[in-house]
Amino acid sequence: MNKRIAPHKLNFDTGWAYSPAPESIDHVHIKDQYKLFIGGKFVAPKAGKYFNTINPANEKVLARVAQAGATDVDRAVNAARGAYDNIWSKMKPAERGKYIYRIARIIQERAREFAVIESVDGGKPIREARDVDIPLAAAHFFYYAGWADKLNYAFPCRTPQSLGVAGQIIPWNFPLLMAAWKIAPALACGNTVVLKPAETTPLTALKLAEVIEAADLPPGVVNILTGDGSTGAAIVNHDDVNKIAFTGSTNVGRIIQHALAGTDKKYTLELGGKAANIIFADAAIDQAVEGVVNAIFFNQGHVCCAGSRLLVQESVADEVVFKLKERMQTLIVGDPLDKNTDIGAINSAAQLERINAYLDLGQEEGAEMFQCGGKNPDKGYWCQPTLFTNVAQSHRVVREEIFGPVLAIQTFRTLDEAVAKANNTQYGLSGGIWTDKGAKIFNVGAKIRAGVIWANTFNKFDPTSPFGGYKESGVGREGGMHGLSAYLDLH
Amino acid sequence: MDKTVKAEGRSIDSASARVKSSAAKPASRGRAKPPAATRLGVAKTYKLYINGKFPRTESGRYFTLADTKGNIAANMCRASRKDFREAVLAARSAFNGWAGASAYLRGQILYRIAEMLEARAEQFVTELKLMGLDKRAASREVTATIDCLVYYAGWTDKYPQVFSSVNPVASSHFNFSILEPVGVVSILARQESALLGFVEAIAPVIAGGNTAIALASEQNPLCAISFAEVLHSSDVPAGVINILSGYRNELAEQFASHMDVNAIIANGDDASEIKMIQEQAANNIKRVIIRKKSIAADPYQIIDVQETKTTWHPIGG
Amino acid sequence: MAKMAVMIAPKPDQAPRVDQVGVDERVARFRARSIKKSSKVQALNLVLSQIDLTTLEGQDTPGKVRQLCQKAMRLHDSLPDIPHVAAVCVYPMMVAEAKKALGSSGIKVASVATSFPSGMAPTKVKLEEIQLAVELGADEIDMVISRGKFLEGKYQEVFDEIVACKEACGEAHLKVILETGELGTLDRVRHASELAMQAGADFIKTSTGKIQPAATMPVTLVMLQAIRDYYYDTGRMVGMKPAGGISKAKLAIHYLVMLRETLGEAWMSPDWFRFGASSLANDVLMQLQKQRTGVYQSEDYFSKD
Repeated sequence: MNKRIAPHKLNFDTGWAYSPAPESIDHVHIKDQYKLFIGGKFVAPKAGKYFNTINPANEKVLARVAQAGATDVDRAVNAARGAYDNIWSKMKPAERGKYIYRIARIIQERAREFAVIESVDGGKPIREARDVDIPLAAAHFFYYAGWADKLNYAFPCRTPQSLGVAGQIIPWNFPLLMAAWKIAPALACGNTVVLKPAETTPLTALKLAEVIEAADLPPGVVNILTGDGSTGAAIVNHDDVNKIAFTGSTNVGRIIQHALAGTDKKYTLELGGKAANIIFADAAIDQAVEGVVNAIFFNQGHVCCAGSRLLVQESVADEVVFKLKERMQTLIVGDPLDKNTDIGAINSAAQLERINAYLDLGQEEGAEMFQCGGKNPDKGYWCQPTLFTNVAQSHRVVREEIFGPVLAIQTFRTLDEAVAKANNTQYGLSGGIWTDKGAKIFNVGAKIRAGVIWANTFNKFDPTSPFGGYKESGVGREGGMHGLSAYLDLH
Repeated sequence: MDKTVKAEGRSIDSASARVKSSAAKPASRGRAKPPAATRLGVAKTYKLYINGKFPRTESGRYFTLADTKGNIAANMCRASRKDFREAVLAARSAFNGWAGASAYLRGQILYRIAEMLEARAEQFVTELKLMGLDKRAASREVTATIDCLVYYAGWTDKYPQVFSSVNPVASSHFNFSILEPVGVVSILARQESALLGFVEAIAPVIAGGNTAIALASEQNPLCAISFAEVLHSSDVPAGVINILSGYRNELAEQFASHMDVNAIIANGDDASEIKMIQEQAANNIKRVIIRKKSIAADPYQIIDVQETKTTWHPIGG
Repeated sequence: MAKMAVMIAPKPDQAPRVDQVGVDERVARFRARSIKKSSKVQALNLVLSQIDLTTLEGQDTPGKVRQLCQKAMRLHDSLPDIPHVAAVCVYPMMVAEAKKALGSSGIKVASVATSFPSGMAPTKVKLEEIQLAVELGADEIDMVISRGKFLEGKYQEVFDEIVACKEACGEAHLKVILETGELGTLDRVRHASELAMQAGADFIKTSTGKIQPAATMPVTLVMLQAIRDYYYDTGRMVGMKPAGGISKAKLAIHYLVMLRETLGEAWMSPDWFRFGASSLANDVLMQLQKQRTGVYQSEDYFSKD
C-alpha cells in the first residue's frame, strides 16, 4: 500500500463463520464455598464472612469465598512466621528448590483445569489462559526453583539472606501468573508467604493452594487469604511482615508506600502504565499493526504494560490506522470459553463502568471514537475494542490508565517528537518501537524511560526476563535474576 | 567516618543556629588566626553551587558557622526551597547529557575530580582542622576522599558489565537487561563527616549517570561548598551536581517530596525524619535509600540508583 | 490490467518490510482457531472445490492423467453433494489428454510451462511453451519466475519476462510461481509478489512442489498481505495458490482461516484461491466422511489415482 488511504475495503463478513468451539469444562471442579488456606489447612474465616465470586461473562455466581479479616491475617502471618523460623529458613536450599519444582510440575499436569477456571473467574479468553497465563505460571515456578541453591552466584561479594515473611497482594488481570511471580521467587529465596489474590479473581489462587497441599509443602510456608482491600491493608500493616510485594494501581501503590514509611519492611511495587507504542515509517507495517492489536487488546487491555498509546509517524499514519481498523473487523469478542474468542469479558462491573466513563470522556474531549460495531452478549460485562484518533497529549484518554481495550492514537513527525511524547507521562513501565532499522531501535530504546522495551514485538513475558517500571510505574523488578533481590537481604 | 565534628559553643540544633544567625558577631572572619598585622586576610565567601554557578541563596538568608574557638568561620547560605527547586531544574536539564555520556568519559571526569582534590588537598585539610579535626585525621579524610573518587571512577565502565544480563527467554527473541540511571537524585549528606561523607554520597550517584542535588552537612558545610570549586574545575558539566547548604529540617521535606526527583538518598538515623521522607517520597513513588550508617564504598551503592531496562527483539530473517 | 501497470519493476526497497517472527506469531494465531462442526464441513467442501489436483512427474503418462481426471470428477461417490476440484494440473504434453478426459465437467486444465520447474530456458522458449499449452486447451498457465535472475538483482528482466508470458497466455489465466523455497527470506517473497502482480499475474503461487520448503503458512501470509495491499491500491484482485506440502485437511482449513482473516469474503472461492496438491483431496474426503458418520476413516476406502 503506497502510503495512502486505501480506496478499496475488504469484506470480512464472510459466509463462512466459525461454529462455537467451547472448551470442555466437565473435568473442572469448583466448590460451592472456599475457606482460607492457613498453616496448610483450609480454615473458616474467624468472622464467618464470605463473598461471591462471579463469572463476568454471564454474571453467575461461581463460588462463595471467605473474607479474611485482621484476625485471619494475624493467624496467617503467625503460621508463616512459624514455618519460616522452624522449617523453611533451616531447610537445605536444594530441598527448597525441589518443592518449588513440584509445584511447577503439578500446575503443568492440571494446566487445562487452571485455564478454564482462570477464564470463567476473570473473563479472559481461554486461548490466552491456556497459551499464556498457565504455562508461564508453571515456567516461573520452574525457573525460580533452580535458583534456590544458587543464590550466592547472583550477587557478587554478597551473602544473600532471606527476609522472613512476605506479604503479597496481587491483581485480577493475571491471577495465577501474578501469584507465581510473587510466590516462586519468595520461596526460592527462603521466605514464607501470605498471599492475597484479588477480590474478583480468587479461584486459581485457591486452586494453587490445593497444588501446594498436593506438593506437600510444609504447613504455613504458603498461606492464601481471600478478601478485599481491607485484607490487603491488614497484611501491609502487620508488624511481623518483613516484605510487601504489591501489583496493582499506582494509587494503591502510593498508599502502600506511604503506609510502609517508618517501618523496616522491604517492598516492591508493580504499578500502572500508559505505554507508548511507536511506529516509524520504515517499520514492517503489517507486523506492527498486529503488534498494536497484541499491545492493547490482549487480555481486554487489562494489562499494566499495555501499549495504550499509539504514536505513529505521520507519513504512514493513514495506512496504519486504516489497517488497524480492518484488522479489528476480524477480532472475535464474546464467550471467553470459546477457543476462538480474541477478546473476552471485562473483569468486573466496576471496571466496565470505569472504561465506559473514559469512552464518554474521550468523546467529550473531542476525540474521534472508532468501534467495529459488534454486538455484545446480553449478560456479562463487555467492551468492544476501541480506537481514539484526533487526540493530543492533553487529553485524559492519553494521560490516564484506562485498563481496557481502548487505544489512543497520536501522530508524530520526527524521532525526537516521538520520544518526547512517549516520555511525557508519570508512568514508565514499558514501550514499543517498530522500525526495520537496528540503529534506531537502540537509539530510541535508550531514550524511552521505561523498564521494558519491546522492539518489533510487544507484550512478551518470560520468567528469565526482569519486569518492572520507572517513575510511578513501580519500584523494583520481578522476573529473572533481578527478581531475586526483592526477596533477599544483601547487606 | 565516625569522626564527629562539634562546633564549639554552638548547638547543632538548627533552631538555635537560626538564633545565632541574627546574633552573629563580625569577628576575624574567615581565619581563626589572622596573619601578623601587616596584611589583612581575604576571606572566602561560601555560596551555593547550582547549575555550574555559585549563586547566593535567593532568600538572602544565612547562618553562621563558628570554628573551634567560637569565631565565626563563615556566613553560610541558608538555602530555601526555591534554591532547591532551581537546583532540581538544573539537574533535570543536565540529566540526558550526563546519562548519555560514555562510561569512559564519566570515569575520566570522576578521576579528574580526584586529581583536582589532590591538588587542593591542603585547603581541605585546613578547613577540616578549622572544624576541629587534628591534622592527621584531616589528612586522612582528604586522602580517603580522593581514593573514594578514584574507586568510583574505575567502576563507571565495569558495573554495567557486572550487573547486566542476557536473559535466555523461551521464545525467538534476544532479550537483555541493562542498567540506566534513575534520574535526578536528591541527597541529604551525612552530618558528621564533612568531606568524605559528602563525597561518598555523591560519587556513586554520578558515577552511574544520575544528576544530583546534595545538601551539605549542616554542622560542617565548608568542605562541601569548597568541593564545588573542585567540581567546577573538573569538567563536570553544569547541573550534574548541585550543592546546597542550609537547615536540614527545613529542606529535607522538599528533597523528599519534589515530583521531579526520582530518588532520594538520606544519610542519617533520625527515625522521625526517615518516616517523613518515606511518606513524602510516596508522592511520586520515589525510590528511597536510607543509609543509617556510613557504608564503605562499593558498587551496590551505584546500583541503588539504577533502573533495570529490559529489551526484547525478535530473532528472525 | 497488466497493460495499465507501470512497466518498471519494483525495487526491493519499494516493497514493504517483513518481520519473520511477527509473521510466525500471526500464523500461530490462525492455527489456534478451532474449526468445528458445521463450520468444519463447510470449510472441507470449500477446500475440495479449491484443489488443483496435480501430477507433475517425469513418469506421467496419458493413462495416469486420465485416471487423475476421473478422480477429479468423481472424488468419492458415497459422499453426496460434494463439489468437484477446481482444476487438474499437468505438464503441457498432457494438456490435450486432460482436456479430453474432463470434457464438460467444468474442471479447468492447468498447465505448468516456462521450463518448469527450474525455468532455466531462454524467454523465447518459455513463451513458445506457453503458446503451445494454450493451443492444446490449457485454461490456466502456471509459470515459474527466473529465480537466478531475481537473486542476481536483475528484477527488470524477471518482470519483463512475466509481462511477456502474460501476453502469451491470451485468454488463459496466468499463475506466477515464485518458488519461495529458493528466495530465502520473507522480504524477498514480498518483493517478488509485488513484482509478479505489477507485471500482470492473475495468481501468485508459492512453489513448484519440487523444492523444500514448499508452501508454508508464513510464506503464504506474506503473499496474501501483498495481494491485499495491491487490492487496496488498485482495486484489482489477484488470486493465491499455495502448493506443495499441504496434504492434511486440518492444515488446509488453517490456510482458509488465514485467507478469511486476511482477504475476507471475496477470496473465499476457487476463482481466487487454490491449493496445489496431490494427496490433500483424500484426507479432506476422509474428514467429511468422519463428520457424516462419526467414525474415524481408513485410507483403504478412498480411491487413490
